Amino acid sequence: MRIFVTGFGLISCLGKNISENLNSLLRSQSGIGKIHQIETLLKDEFPVGEVHFTLEELFKLAGLPFEEGYSRNALMGIIAAREAFSHARMDVNSKLRTGLISATTVGGMDRCELYYADFLQNDSRNAYIDTYDCADSTEKIARLLGIHDFITTISTACSSAANAIMLGARMIKADRLDRVLAGGTEALTKFHLNGFNALKILDKEPCKPFDEHRAGITLGEGAAYLVLESETSVRKTRNPVLCELVGWGNACEAFHQTASSPDGIGAYLAMKKALEMSGLSPNDIDYINAHGTGTDNNDLSEGKAIERLFGNRIPRVSSTKPFTGHTTSAAGSTEAILSILCLQHQVIWPNLNFQTPMKDLNFIPVKKLLQNIPVSAVMSNSFGFGGNDTSLIFRRTQDMGDEGLNAE
Amino acid sequence: MAYINGIGLISPQKTAGTRVFLEEIMEYTSDYLKCIDPVYKDYIDPIVSRRMSRLIKMGIASARICLQDAGCVIPDAIITGTGLGSVEDTEKILGDIAREEKFLNPTPFIQSTYNTISSQIAIILKCHGYNSTYVHRTFSFESSLIDALLQIEDKMAENILTGGIDEMTMNHLQITRRAGHWKREPVHNLSILETQTQGALAGEGSAYFLLSSHQTSSTYANLKDAINIFLPPEIPSPALRDYLSCFLQRNELSVMDIDLVLLGMNGDSRYDHFYTDFATNLLPGKPQGYYKHLCGEYHTATGFGLYVAASMIKSKTYPEIIHLNSIQPGRLKNILIYNQYDNLNHSLLLVQG
Repeated sequence: MRIFVTGFGLISCLGKNISENLNSLLRSQSGIGKIHQIETLLKDEFPVGEVHFTLEELFKLAGLPFEEGYSRNALMGIIAAREAFSHARMDVNSKLRTGLISATTVGGMDRCELYYADFLQNDSRNAYIDTYDCADSTEKIARLLGIHDFITTISTACSSAANAIMLGARMIKADRLDRVLAGGTEALTKFHLNGFNALKILDKEPCKPFDEHRAGITLGEGAAYLVLESETSVRKTRNPVLCELVGWGNACEAFHQTASSPDGIGAYLAMKKALEMSGLSPNDIDYINAHGTGTDNNDLSEGKAIERLFGNRIPRVSSTKPFTGHTTSAAGSTEAILSILCLQHQVIWPNLNFQTPMKDLNFIPVKKLLQNIPVSAVMSNSFGFGGNDTSLIFRRTQDMGDEGLNAE
Repeated sequence: MAYINGIGLISPQKTAGTRVFLEEIMEYTSDYLKCIDPVYKDYIDPIVSRRMSRLIKMGIASARICLQDAGCVIPDAIITGTGLGSVEDTEKILGDIAREEKFLNPTPFIQSTYNTISSQIAIILKCHGYNSTYVHRTFSFESSLIDALLQIEDKMAENILTGGIDEMTMNHLQITRRAGHWKREPVHNLSILETQTQGALAGEGSAYFLLSSHQTSSTYANLKDAINIFLPPEIPSPALRDYLSCFLQRNELSVMDIDLVLLGMNGDSRYDHFYTDFATNLLPGKPQGYYKHLCGEYHTATGFGLYVAASMIKSKTYPEIIHLNSIQPGRLKNILIYNQYDNLNHSLLLVQG
């Protein structure tokens, strides 16, 4: 059973749609900057990858009138899901069984943390009480787009959206659904900033993954969704195919709640499972979009796992988090899309801010944008707290024309 | 299709660590039904559990009970459904950041992350297999079951620890009461259907099941299938009736084959009639049972429902406390569990003997 990607939508600090994101990437321009949308004492302390719109502006972008009960989380999700949905010309009235699998780690916390005192003391913000959980943004997206056959929400910390994509593919493979909108949405909050700060893993400068002097994470926010379709579905929708999802693997470090193991066992197992499933050899992977958070721990552990799996023929590697910031639960789908853009445009994104090679690794990441370079298979890694590690492999599809699947 | 080979359930009833099935019923007149805590040190090293919040302890203990029940040491995969994760930890952080954004203790942040339960179980068991967490209101537990069914059908795993867990706190009760979810006064749990008032009686629980590809001497029943259906009124979609017939059909059953319907009725006068409509219109003349008077309402309460269905099949008994109507089942071969939330989130589980 083949799984085709036929649509995508993305909002991040790089831009409000795929084309704006692509333009920033092609100019090697990061979206990281100062905090504007959150009132926090940490405002001048840590840079972030913030989506540059107020709540009111997000309502406009989502094409909705202002209404109580909407979080930034839900609005960003709606914007990206809608872009993906219209890209793949999804008509809900068709007979195709359609699902929505979304990912988020703190749900509607962006409003909840503002109104929590009211929740406890008075009835003024009751419209937001039910919007703070993780399901709220998913249900709002489903209701706007008319999806009803199957919806669910996944939260596995920073690998959440990668697991959403993986479940989408498995639901199609099991013939429970014909097509799935899968991805994640995450709005930056005081909750995140203070939580990660308490763990002392935020960099005061924009993050520099895989650098010997890396000093931690730069948080980001955004939403990203992919449309996955079965072969039968593609034949009906005649959607042009962007690429194929050929491998996925999920494994658990079972090591520590917030730290990765020194040998990267979870990362290794997830990448290995994905590779085995794809039927590709390590040599076939042209590019790894690494999880590469910029913490001491992750980059060493992920780097070691890459060395173990790929030996002395390591593919080109970069972390795109210096562009987007770490969008936590949305990172998996954001970076899946960035990886797919590499297949589409035959480019490899640079690992910005890299200067000094890590002593413990025998490879360095891609330093400058590579263009006009053959890219036919990419691996996208997403690893989370709790050792929840997932790896996805996308491949250019040879037998696809612009008019969809070649006629039989 | 998966065999249920073990169950670990911490609930407001005496269910933890015993195979005795609902013999002694706990009665409460309270704001919400609180779980009876097991002796945690029997299941978790006290040094390890010292900093754990209550939900994490409940999760680990019920997972351990389940594995002991099934005689399984390490499962191949761990999947958890939780509507709200650790409410207690989330509240701590919200309180902290409202006061001052300094000197925060990282532990509540770590534990507030929804996937902490699944990953803590993995750490304790040293289980490197597939690990995931579903966080979608009343679809949370059902999604975990669907994920597990897919893996067993696809031969990705043989033994999957699958659970549903949620807790209630006083603050959370107070807040969500504002949103209209709960009854305003303390009620007697065994009389919830007679209240005729708006809102449910809140509850909590942690239920883990070992779902397996093979039958063993500890097998309770067979989880044949599970689905989630999202039916907001404004979306043109097939009716619940159509989803039900599709569901039965793909399991090669007809309405006639269903021996008992287990309903998620919770005493909320606004919604209980949806259960009545479902059972009387779509499955007329069937024995009907219910269980939320025993565990209360929470996002993963169908975990309690699945325990009831599987235990009925294993023990070949239909305890009177479950009866909703007076029709007696001729046999307990096919039990259908139906749950709904806000008349939006509907789920069906099929349990077979």
